[in-house]
Amino acid sequence: MTTDALIRVENLEKTFGGKIHALNGISAEIHRGEVVVVIGPSGSGKSTFLRCLNLLELPTGGVITFEGVDITDPKVNINIHRQKMGMVFQHFNLFPNMTVLKNMTVAPVKLKLKTREAAETQAKQLLTRVGLADRADAYPNQLSGGQKQRIAIVRALCMEPDVMLFDEPTSALDPEMVGEVLDVMKQLAREGMTMVVVTHEMGFAREVGDRVIFMDSGKIIEEGTPEQIFDHPQNPRLQEFLGKIL
Amino acid sequence: MQAWWENIKAQFDLNFIQRSRWRFITTGLGNTLLITLLALLLGTVIGVIIAGVRSTYDKTADGARPSFGRKVLGFFNGLCKVYITVLRGTPVVVQLMIICLVIFSWSDNGVALASLAFGLNSGAYVAEIIRGGIMSIDNGQFEAGRSLGFNYLQTMWYVVLPQVVKNVLPSLMNEFIALLKETSVAGYAAVRDLTYGGNTIAGQTYSYFMPLIVVALIYLALVMFLTSIVSRVERRLRSSDH
Repeated sequence: MTTDALIRVENLEKTFGGKIHALNGISAEIHRGEVVVVIGPSGSGKSTFLRCLNLLELPTGGVITFEGVDITDPKVNINIHRQKMGMVFQHFNLFPNMTVLKNMTVAPVKLKLKTREAAETQAKQLLTRVGLADRADAYPNQLSGGQKQRIAIVRALCMEPDVMLFDEPTSALDPEMVGEVLDVMKQLAREGMTMVVVTHEMGFAREVGDRVIFMDSGKIIEEGTPEQIFDHPQNPRLQEFLGKIL
Repeated sequence: MQAWWENIKAQFDLNFIQRSRWRFITTGLGNTLLITLLALLLGTVIGVIIAGVRSTYDKTADGARPSFGRKVLGFFNGLCKVYITVLRGTPVVVQLMIICLVIFSWSDNGVALASLAFGLNSGAYVAEIIRGGIMSIDNGQFEAGRSLGFNYLQTMWYVVLPQVVKNVLPSLMNEFIALLKETSVAGYAAVRDLTYGGNTIAGQTYSYFMPLIVVALIYLALVMFLTSIVSRVERRLRSSDH
């Protein structure tokens, strides 16, 4: 294992209620500028894995090191580190009582990372980049699903994160809106953002992913480049999985 | 018809004009409003604190590390549960009498004691309304707040509570309308509220019809006025529903 990993995960374990083993000893590294795509059947633990990375789920075992800090240490103030880990959810989770602009600026302003003016200027630039400059004053329920998810992505970007975590960002979208969200993510990848993406979009995984991780029953079964995973799968479970979805 | 009208006039004169008996009504009304207002303030403070403790305990239950702070929170959570169970599980008039006639039997400040009793009682109901409002907010809102780097309290304050206020405001205002009517039992502890005032007049004049009808009409007018405010607030909230 190399030492320049942005996130290093060692023997990560997560059990729910002491009985259900969602993660059984996951070890992985995510490097700067890398796009890692996590695939696997439902219930394989891939979302849990992602949610452990910023401690939305508290691991029951193992160590997660982010930028050289063991964030699983109870003495570490996780809030500081979460500021550097953007997260995009399946169900967008925009704040319904705030305008798009407020959604994007509330965290950097209230956390005193930026002045209101600076935050709004930056938010408007980001909105322009994702083609939603005219929706700054709209409320989330006035937006389509695809627009909501693009807003959710730029909201996370307003914190200027070092890594972006995507938890099935297109799974709740109508099919015709998947493309616009994936386009934003591809653009982000081209700009060199470090990304961990849990998704069922195999096309995206193949096109954008630097590395693909296949998980099943709480373990990493196989990982490699998209070519290795999709064209030359080794493990029978991966072969079966790909046979079902491709 | 003529005789009936003369009778009403005589009744009115006897019950309100003679010996300035209307003062029982006005002081009683003043006390009722004062008790309701003070109980409302106390109930809100208690309710917010209890709801804060209870929902923080519930919200942070999953994946919480066992720690001293967690134990302290658990202790207060248990305390709040007992408080809610007792205060909601016994009649408010009994609580009032215990406070006025047992715990503070040495004090004769009936209005203050009644405010305390109704405030303590109302706090239990307000707590559950607010807690329900907090728990009804989708957990994704918490997670989004936390993922942006807000700590628990910041997430509550900036993200969750503004949504909660909007959701529970009508229920809270209805709770306070109910509180206004509930204070009518204050007379059980010899607190001179509106109902007690009407009852006093009736006791002096041996005529119940006029004083009690007037008392009832005053309550009705107050409740109708407050209800109209609630529906206006509800409309405003709905129209700002984005």
